[in-house]
This record gives sequence, structure tokens and C-alpha cells, in this order.
Amino acid sequence: METKDLILIEHFCANHEIEFSFIDSLQEFGLIEVIIHEDNKYLPKNQLKEVEKMMRMHYDLDINMEGIDVISHLLKRIHNLQDEVRITQNKLRLYENED
Amino acid sequence: MEFIDYYKILEIQKSSTEADIKAAYRKLARKYHPDLNPNDENAKKKFQQINEANEVLSDPEKRKKYDKYGKDWKHADEFEKANQQQSQSRTSGGGQQSYGGGDFSGDFSEFFESMYGSGAGGKTRQTKFRGQDLNAELHLSLMDVYKTQQQTLTINGKNIRLTIPAGVENGQVIKIADHGTPGVNGGPNGDLYITFTIANHPKFKREGSSLYTTVDLDLYTALLGGDLQVDTLDGKVKLKVTPETQSNTKVKLKGKGFPVYKKEGEFGDLYITYNVKLPTQLTEKEKELLTELSKLRANGN
Repeated sequence: METKDLILIEHFCANHEIEFSFIDSLQEFGLIEVIIHEDNKYLPKNQLKEVEKMMRMHYDLDINMEGIDVISHLLKRIHNLQDEVRITQNKLRLYENED
Repeated sequence: MEFIDYYKILEIQKSSTEADIKAAYRKLARKYHPDLNPNDENAKKKFQQINEANEVLSDPEKRKKYDKYGKDWKHADEFEKANQQQSQSRTSGGGQQSYGGGDFSGDFSEFFESMYGSGAGGKTRQTKFRGQDLNAELHLSLMDVYKTQQQTLTINGKNIRLTIPAGVENGQVIKIADHGTPGVNGGPNGDLYITFTIANHPKFKREGSSLYTTVDLDLYTALLGGDLQVDTLDGKVKLKVTPETQSNTKVKLKGKGFPVYKKEGEFGDLYITYNVKLPTQLTEKEKELLTELSKLRANGN
């Protein structure tokens, strides 16, 4: 299997100075996907941003796993609503004076 | 440059203990952290302020300097020189914790930099592995996004060749993977996010892939019908106007609208609203004929 777009979790944790158990917890809560290949655990590269965000919530803001779970769902809703607002604002431009 | 009251920013008293500062900072960081307030510029600004306030007040050395010279920051340099002479081997305060805001922290005010220097900010977690994301705004006209085109942008001194897909919408954000700042310790690069701002077109209004325009129609073509040339973004097209067309009548030109985003060769529709223009500055002859016409109408013809 190609591991080019995968990040070795051990490497990730060492660099961020965080416990491996944190990543395990995120996986248990269904918040991230962990890929196992030849006894090594990897994070897909495209998930890194989200994992780092959840890491900041936990280590910097003292938010527990349940809190991160709730916030993640709410953030998804905020993003969807922000998209809707953008589309609605673009529709509104139809009725406003031209630039 | 103005004096910044860091105690006020953290909503604490000057006599607050380290524990008070930590608690106040955590409370405010949870409220304003940009991770929890996506796309909120005010929260981002506020977070930067409280981060800076924490950077100073949670570090005993910096706090001492701020308390002594804060309001009189212009003399900070003199303090700095005296301080260096007194204790050249003193190590920095330590113990302070600056919370990484992902791509959001790191900006410090002029006031902060004049007191502590531009490199005095705390390091964030972000810089240890994955590179930071970059954000850029691109202002384009409607015609610029009518066709897929390539543009070279210079971001942070680097030239990036970018393909702008036709049909991009105003306010849409596109991610260019790996074009943020480089990763550290083998971490991947950050991403580049481009927000498109697309100006309105003077003639065409757009909603998704639908285009709307208004076309003036003279009275006689509206009444008797005829041929009409109208502008589309794709060039001129000939339209047949049916007799007795009312003002505000809408016609749809299928496939003459805007390209559908990421669907090559697929176009929306163009909606034309006719605006019947009544003639002005009538001649005597016209008035005479129109009076005659109106009499015919009055007689129930």
C-alpha cells in the first residue's frame, strides 16, 4: 500500500508532544479515520488539519472528548450555514444596485 | 501607536495572580478561539489581542516590564539596555503558555513589538509539524470566470500557477493543497485558500449558473413582433419577438447562461426580461395617428 499521503501517528505525536491515546480516543469517538498498515498506524494527510484543530481544543482549551465531539458537529453545521448565507447573499445581489 | 491595557483585555485586575491570569485567558480563549469561530474576523482579532495579553502577563519578566513601563512604553528601550547590563546571563521567564491558534496566532501589535521585539511571540504548536495555511483574496470580474483560465499569483514571494475553473461563485473558497508554508520535521505543507470576490456585471446578473438581463424593446416591435439582436456573454443572438409582447415578459434562452462549476461544457440559462420603451418627443403626425388608434380602441375594436 502507498503511504505517501499517510502520516505515521507515532511521528505525529512525537512532533506535537502529545500522547498516542489522544488519537485513539478521537478514533473511538468516530472523529477521525486511522489506517493500519503493516502494524503501523497512520493518519491520512487530508485529516491532519482537523486532527490539529481537535488537538488544540483538547490541549489548549481544556475541552474533553465529548466536548470535541459536540463542537465538531456544530462546526459542520456552522460551515453549512455559512455556505447558505453566501448563496443567499449572492441572490440578494440580484436585487441590489450594480457595483 | 497606542498603549494597550492587557489587564483590561483579559478582564482582570492589576493585582491578579498567575492562576487568575491563566483562568481568565482560558475562559476568553474558549470564547474567541478561531477554531471555534470559523470565518469570524472579529473573533480572530479578539483572539490575537488576548493571546498577546497572555503572552505578556503570563511571563513574569514581560509582566514586570509592562507594569513598570507599559504606559510609558517609549522608555522601554532604556529599560532594556539597563536590564541587559545587569543580567546578561539571565534566562527567559519560562512557564508561560501561549496557545496556538493554528493559522491565526503570531500577529502582535506594534505596541508589543516596540516593547519586546518582533521575535518575542510564543511559538505555536502549528509550527512544529504541518505548515501553516495561507489565505488570499482574488478579485475578478464576471467575465474572468466565464471561461476556465490560468493565472499566476504571487503569494509570499512565490509564484503559483493557478487554474481558475469557470463558474466559480462570489465568496467561494478554493483550496490549493500544499501551497501554504512548508511543514517542519517531515510534516506536510500547509494549504493555500483563495477566496474569490466577483464583481457584478453592469448588464448581467448571476445566480449560480443562471444569468438575468433586461432588454429594451421598442413599442412597435412589442406590438407587431419582429427580430431583435441581444447580447449574451457568448456574443450576440437573434431573437424572434412575438406580436403583442407585454413589458416585463420573460424569455429563457437555454444554455446561454453561466458555466456550471466543474461541469465542463454545461451551461445554465439566460433569462431576458423585456422592457417596452414608449416613444418620446412625438411628432404631430405621430400624435394624430395615435389619437386615431386610441379612438379605434375606444370603439371596442
